[in-house]
Order: sequence, then C-alpha cells, then structure tokens
Amino acid sequence: MSATDSPIQQELIEQHGLSKDEYQNIVQHLGREPNLTELGVFSVMWSEHCSYKSSRVHLKRLPTEGERVVQGPGENAGAVDIGDGLAAVFKIESHNHPSFIEPFQGAATGVGGILRDIFTMGARPIALLNSLRFGALDLPKNRHLLKGVVSGISWYGNCIGVPTVGGEITFNDIYSKNPLVNVFCLGIVEKDRLLKGLAQGVGNPVLYIGAKTGRDGIHGATMASDSFDDQSDAKRPNVQVGDPFLEKLLLEVCLEFLEKDLLVGIQDMGAAGLTSSSCEMASRSGTGIELDVTHVPCREPNMTAYEMLLSESQERMLLVAKPGKEHDVIAICQKWGIDAAIIGRVTDDGMLRIKEGEAVVAEIPAKALAEEGPRYERPAHPPQYQDLLQGLVIENLPDVTNPSDVLLALLQSPTIASKRWVARQYDYMVGTNTLVCPGSDAAVVRIKGTDKALALTTDGNSRYCLLNPYLGGGLAVAEAARNLACSGAEPIGVTDCLNFGNPERPDIMWQFIMALEGMSDACRHFAIPVVSGNVSFYNETNGLSIYPTPVLGMVGLIEPASCVMTQWFKHEGDQIIVLGETKEDVGGTEYLKLVHAREQGNPPWLDLDQEHALHRTLLHAIRQGLIHSAHDCSEGGLAVTLAECCVSHPSTPRGATVQLAQSQLRVDALLFGESPSRAIVTASSAHVDALIGIANEQGLSAVVIGEVGGQALNITVVSDTQHHMDAVHLPVEVLADVWSHSFERQIESSDKS
Amino acid sequence: MKIGIITFPGSNCDRDCRHVVKTVLGYQAHLIWHQETSLSHVDVVILPGGFSYGDYLRAGAIARFSPIMESIRQFAEKGGIVLGICNGFQILLEAGLLPGAMLKNRYLSFICQDVSIKVENAETTFTNEYASDQVLTMPIAHAEGNYYADPMTLSALHDHAQIVFRYCDQHGDVTAEANPNGSLENIAGIRNKAGNVLGMMPHPERCAEDVFGKTDGVALFRSLRHALNQMVA
Repeated sequence: MSATDSPIQQELIEQHGLSKDEYQNIVQHLGREPNLTELGVFSVMWSEHCSYKSSRVHLKRLPTEGERVVQGPGENAGAVDIGDGLAAVFKIESHNHPSFIEPFQGAATGVGGILRDIFTMGARPIALLNSLRFGALDLPKNRHLLKGVVSGISWYGNCIGVPTVGGEITFNDIYSKNPLVNVFCLGIVEKDRLLKGLAQGVGNPVLYIGAKTGRDGIHGATMASDSFDDQSDAKRPNVQVGDPFLEKLLLEVCLEFLEKDLLVGIQDMGAAGLTSSSCEMASRSGTGIELDVTHVPCREPNMTAYEMLLSESQERMLLVAKPGKEHDVIAICQKWGIDAAIIGRVTDDGMLRIKEGEAVVAEIPAKALAEEGPRYERPAHPPQYQDLLQGLVIENLPDVTNPSDVLLALLQSPTIASKRWVARQYDYMVGTNTLVCPGSDAAVVRIKGTDKALALTTDGNSRYCLLNPYLGGGLAVAEAARNLACSGAEPIGVTDCLNFGNPERPDIMWQFIMALEGMSDACRHFAIPVVSGNVSFYNETNGLSIYPTPVLGMVGLIEPASCVMTQWFKHEGDQIIVLGETKEDVGGTEYLKLVHAREQGNPPWLDLDQEHALHRTLLHAIRQGLIHSAHDCSEGGLAVTLAECCVSHPSTPRGATVQLAQSQLRVDALLFGESPSRAIVTASSAHVDALIGIANEQGLSAVVIGEVGGQALNITVVSDTQHHMDAVHLPVEVLADVWSHSFERQIESSDKS
Repeated sequence: MKIGIITFPGSNCDRDCRHVVKTVLGYQAHLIWHQETSLSHVDVVILPGGFSYGDYLRAGAIARFSPIMESIRQFAEKGGIVLGICNGFQILLEAGLLPGAMLKNRYLSFICQDVSIKVENAETTFTNEYASDQVLTMPIAHAEGNYYADPMTLSALHDHAQIVFRYCDQHGDVTAEANPNGSLENIAGIRNKAGNVLGMMPHPERCAEDVFGKTDGVALFRSLRHALNQMVA
C-alpha cells in the first residue's frame, strides 16, 4: 500500500456513511486498515443501494423459481422462456432520489440505466414502462417535477428508439417531497445466447467501452442510501447526466458483440460504476480482476483512482472478451465511434486489485465487496397509528346522494383521468410492435417472427399498503395479473421495485416485511415467479416517509397474438357483464379520499382463489372469442370502470345503460367501492350463456348488468325493495371531455394562474 | 424493386422500414451504413426516422456530412428515388436536397399520435396509388416537425406542385386545429422540383400492417414500385 496514505479518521468514516461496526468489519476482511481509496470502494459497495443490507434476508421469501425461469434475481435482469427459443428479459428499477433533485436528468438517466441492464443480457430492448408518483398538481413544484420527469423520459426513450408503451401515474401529497420514478424495460433474446456478468477465464482481457469517465455522480449510490432534508438541492452535482445518442451506439455495439460471439461476460457500470461492475463480475465467477486505472478513458485530467472507481458517469460498460477477440471488440467500437480500452485482466486470486501504473492503490477480496457486506435483520413492529388508520366506521359517514357529480369528480382527479398528455410525449410506436397503445389495462407488444405477443403492466396502490401492507402487497400483485388477464395474457413473470422509507425505523421495516409477505403469498398462489427487482429505501424528507410503495412490473404471454383484448366498448347492443362480486369495500378508496377526505379503513379484502378464478375465466373467454372487451375494476369502482369502458376508445366513445342490484350494499360501496377480483366485460347476446357458464365453472359470479349503446351512460340502482334510483345519467361527450382533458387542463391552467 | 435504407448513427426506424418493405411487402431491401459510398445496386433510397447524431445541434444537421450523403446527392441528380421519413426529411432539408427548414413544434414538446393527412397531389412517384384528396391516417412522432419556408420558396412549392401531403381533419379540411405542430400551410410532406425526392414527417412504415388496424402506408411503397415500372417501360 502507498505509504503516503494517512490513517483513516472517524470523521472520514462517517462521511462515507459507514458505521463503526462496518468499519471494523472492513478491517477484518482486509487484515489491515483500508486506505482512502479502499474506504471509498467499501462505502459504495456496502451502501444500502448496492448491498441490500436491510432487505436481503427478507427478499428470500419471494418465489423465484418456475419452469419458465431462465434467469432469476442476481443478474443485471431476469429472464423467462416464452417459447420459440426466445426469452423475455426484464427488470424494474427506481431513480427516485436523483429525480427529485434534478427531474429531467434524474428520470432520463433512470431510463438509460434500465436499458443497459437489459441489453447487457444480450437482449434488444423493445418496450419501456414507467410508474410515477407525485404530490398534488396544485403545487407549482410538483408540476415542475412532473414536467421535468416526463420530458426526461421522453428525451431519452425517444432518442434511443425504444417505445415507452405504458405505465401509470398516481398523485398523493405524501410524494411532494419525495416523488417516485420507477422505470421498467423489456427485451427479447435468443434463450441460449443470454449474456451474463461473468469474469471467467484467467488471463482474459477486461475492456472498458462507452463514455469517458468524469467526476459526475461520485457517491450517487451513497446519496440514494440517505434521506433528504432542506439542503438536498446542494446534492445536484451528484446527479449524472445522460447521453441517449451514445447509449444508442452502445446498444448496437453490444448486440453486434453478441452476434459475433466475442464476449465471456459484460456488465453495466451503473451505481458505483467501475467498482461494482468489476467486483460483481469477479465475485460471481469466483475469480479476481486486476485493473490499471491509467488506461481508463477520462473526460477530465488529473482524476484520482478514488474518483475513477466511484464515478457514476453514464453509458459505460465493463466486459470480458474471449481470448484473442479483444481486437474485434475494439474494431466494432471504432466503427460506431465509441471509446474502448483494455484496462485489465481476469486473475485467479479472487482479489479486486486496482493499479495506477505499477503501484497498487487498492486490493480487496471481490467477494467481500459484492457478497459479504453487512446483513441486518432490523427491528420491525407496527406503528402506533396503525389502529387509527384502520379504524374507519363507515356507518358514521353519509351515503352518496349525488353519484353523477362524484363520478365526474373522480374522472377528473389526476390519478384516474386519462394521461394522454403524458403518453403523447413518448414515442410509443417505434419498433412497430405496439399492438395496444397507452390507454388500456396493459400495453401489448408483438414478438416479430412468432405468433406471440407480450402484455406489460406496472401497478401498485400505496394507500392500500399504508393501511394494510400485507393486503396491499397482495392487491398489487392481483391487480397486475388482472390487468394482464384482461388483455388476454397469462402472467409469466414479475419484477418488483420496493419503494419505502428509512429501514432503520421499526415501523418502516414492518411495512416492508408485511408488504413483501403479501406479495410473496400472492405470487406463489398464482405461480408467478419474481425474476428481478430493486429496493429503494430512505424515501423520506425531513423525517416524513412516503407511503409504502411496492410497484410491480408484470409480463404476460398472449398466444396466438390475435387473442389481444382491449378495455373499451366496441359494439352497440353488446351485453355488459360484471365478473366477480361487489362487497362493502369503501376503506382506502379514491372515493373516500376525494369525497370524505379520508385515507382510512381497511383496504378491500383479497380472496386469492376468487382472483385466480377471474384470471382463468377471462383467459378462457378471450381465447374462445366470447368477449369483445374486458376492463379491470380498480380505482373508482364500478362507476369509473363503466365510464372508462365508454370513453377510452381512441376515437369512438359509446354509451351504456346499466342496472345494478343494491343487494344490501351502501350505494357508494356499490358504485365506487374497490372490491378486487372484478372485471367488466362485453359479449354479444349469443355468447352470454357460454360466458356465464365458464365463470360459474370457475366458481365466479357473472351477472348481466346492461347493454352498450346510446349517447349517455345511465346507471340505475335497484334497491332490495325494488326502488329505482337514477344514480348516474351523463352524456358520453361530457364523460369523454372530463376524462380525456382534465389532466392537461390542470397542468396548463395552473401554469397560467 | 431494390431498396437501400440508410443507417446513420442514431437512426432508429431503419429496421422498422426494412421489416415493412421486405418482410411485409416482399421487396428486396437492406441496410446501408452511413460511411458507405456506393448506391449502384439500389432503385430507391430511404432515409429513415430516428435521432441521427442524437439530433444534437439541430435535427439532421450533422448527418448531412456523412459520407453516404454525397452519393445520395448524385443518385438523386440522376433521377434516383429518395424518400426521407421524419428524421430523414430533416436530413434532406439540411442537405439542401429539399427546400425549407424545420422548426421546433409549436408547443415545443414531442408529439406521438395518429393524424389525418390529405394527399394534395396523387400524380407523383410517391402517391400514384392514392386518390387525389384522399384522407390518410398516419402516425407522427417528432419534436421538430414545424415546416417553414420563406415566401419565395413557398410560392415555388406552389408553382411546381411540390406540396404532397397536408395535415387535415378527418373530413379532409385543412384547418388550423388539424395542424399538430404549427407547420406552414399544414405541410406534412414535400417533393423536390424534379419530383424524385420526397420528405414527409408522418411514418408510412408504422401503418402498413393489418395487425395495427391501419394500412394507409402500404400504397406509398406500392407507388414507388409503380413509378419504377413506368420508368423502365
């Protein structure tokens, strides 16, 4: 070691976000005190963001196996077999902290990072989705964040030419100081050509390709492992800057390597850059890596080894070439005009050894960094306010008297209103695969060269999770699977992005564990493996934590591709059928928040058997060609679902006349309650009996409630005493106008004021 | 018909174009890297959409210096058919193969949506399989599609029937409301005076398959085939 290094002081250890115990642990691993460079390397690799130290013991609960699983968690992304020799590669990741500090670049580099995770697996990315959470739009800061994030995603995704086909945005004040930006990407690869982050073959050359290394993003991973306070703006220099054009070149270069079979392994330099990529590749392969930082292409002069190792400059890759192929690798990079340099080699001693010319500046066992970091089973118990949250006495609230007004208010609330203003800023068609564009339950992309298509969705209701994290976790899985089933797809894999507060707080840890358990039980019940994911802790500002927000990205297979279903009404005279039962589920609903200003109660109860029966019914009915539309019933309940079926067709809205039997329910529960395991479908009269037959065989209720047609949505509630209440009577053009344009009006009118 | 599709660094509709003309329509087609210089083996050149050079500086401003552009210029001078779609249109403007310039969209943001366009001139190399005044549905996806030309250039466009497509409403009326990006006179596509070079912002390759429920792009590619047959005959 360099003799000039001064001993590490306690203050320096704290600056690096390491505890005293963690420091002692480092000394044990090394058998000596670390130098400053080594301390820096440990601090990022042992950060929450890279090490999953608070979550790892719990993540084991998730089911990760299944007959389709080609690659489970632990690689750059997960992969599932979709037949025809192909695998679907996908992952979801958060970029919450950078997006709050600098929304445009934060979101853009989030897109860049998830794309690299997919194409480092050798897969060509074919679809992006995003799941966003913001505070209410009446605050200018929130509009600024929303606009910045949307234009960052639009800039990066459009430029690289991967369509942004869907996603979701919901709003709650709790996200004002900590918005969430979760980005999902899916790619396709020939199954037996899947690339991995391996550094095998002692003596094989290690190459660096892509953007030059600068001083940007140093300690980004450490920042992402910390909470925010009012000084967070000062962290802006920690946010990286993206270059989608360079990434497009990198994408084509990597796919050309794959085609010519030049690589042993490859990994994105994401969080913790050169450090994480090199030690993870070596650790996975049981090898070591030796790098000479004087060969690293640098953007600025006089960068130290410490800076080069911790930089999070974007659009860079580390790869190990097959013996003798390094010059082919360099030639391809030259053709596309990007930097490539041999910076090291694979060794057999298990060490990550960093040299600066002849001098060794850091020498650490690769496994100590990548796998032997701290693991914490942090204390967890429910918060004291949990009883208060759940203690809603619905009888104390008046029932709804003006359902038409409530329906309109729900349709214009930004969480429910159409997000076309956002979607049209994304190129959702490039690639010519998009069969179902943004605006239905799930996006659908075809797989060229096959008769298959994949349905994609992201879902997660954080209010449900706040009120009951176990149920909330299960409901998120159920809704994602339901969205896929409504699109004609069988769910085949899921990726999760777990956004939570500070894990050092027992109440947050309790939320985390319970939500994970709920997700886990639901995934097991539906036999959907979790193949990749990401945990984002410390989503709190000034001690105020976000609601627990697990977001799921789920993928479903549609075969043949012609069995694609959409949510909107299509034919006059079609019968409208509700599948599944409506119960008194008012707790945690959008209605309760909007009308009664409460986020309280127990979220709707989830019966996993009923939910599964619904998925099977939908799939059978769609494959047998019995139905013309299917729409999942979620936020806003039956009334909002029916309205969306009427108006969400891209060009032709349609009316409907519906009668609902009250069956001892409150009217608000009947119209706006959010019982899960329900869907609204339409069928021609000739197919109704067959459809009901299928549902009943599955043990699912199916009831004809009305007919498509006319220029208005009419909903009559028939009480148990045969009293008829004209609950909703609204012209379709009014519904369409409110649902389609409210979102942009709120953004634009508030800007004028 | 042999079609060469140019791949500039940052092109991202090159493979989509190849898919449509080759796999869907059955013509011969291959990608040509921007550093190549030979076009002797093709009948038609397509400059596809995308973000050549990241649209840095201005859309198309750097791509016009690619080695293939000199060959395209010569190819066009000899009467070869050149079709620029979206970013390809922007490159043709920057290269001076078509008159005028492209500004940022009126409301500055990127727009991706289906629009209606009207065939202003159905007697061109690119539109002979459409009817005059036919209203087509095609997608647009761009941030810089606000076509501009000075008054002299504009009047020359009129004089030589160079305006090929205009944005319109679904009835074919060319109105301000139907103009998605603020382009001059709702212009969506123009050709050169000689009639063998066309630039258009809408994407015909995105509406050429039944599976999307839109096929108005097919006739554009068939028109090229028809025009070539006429030339040979």
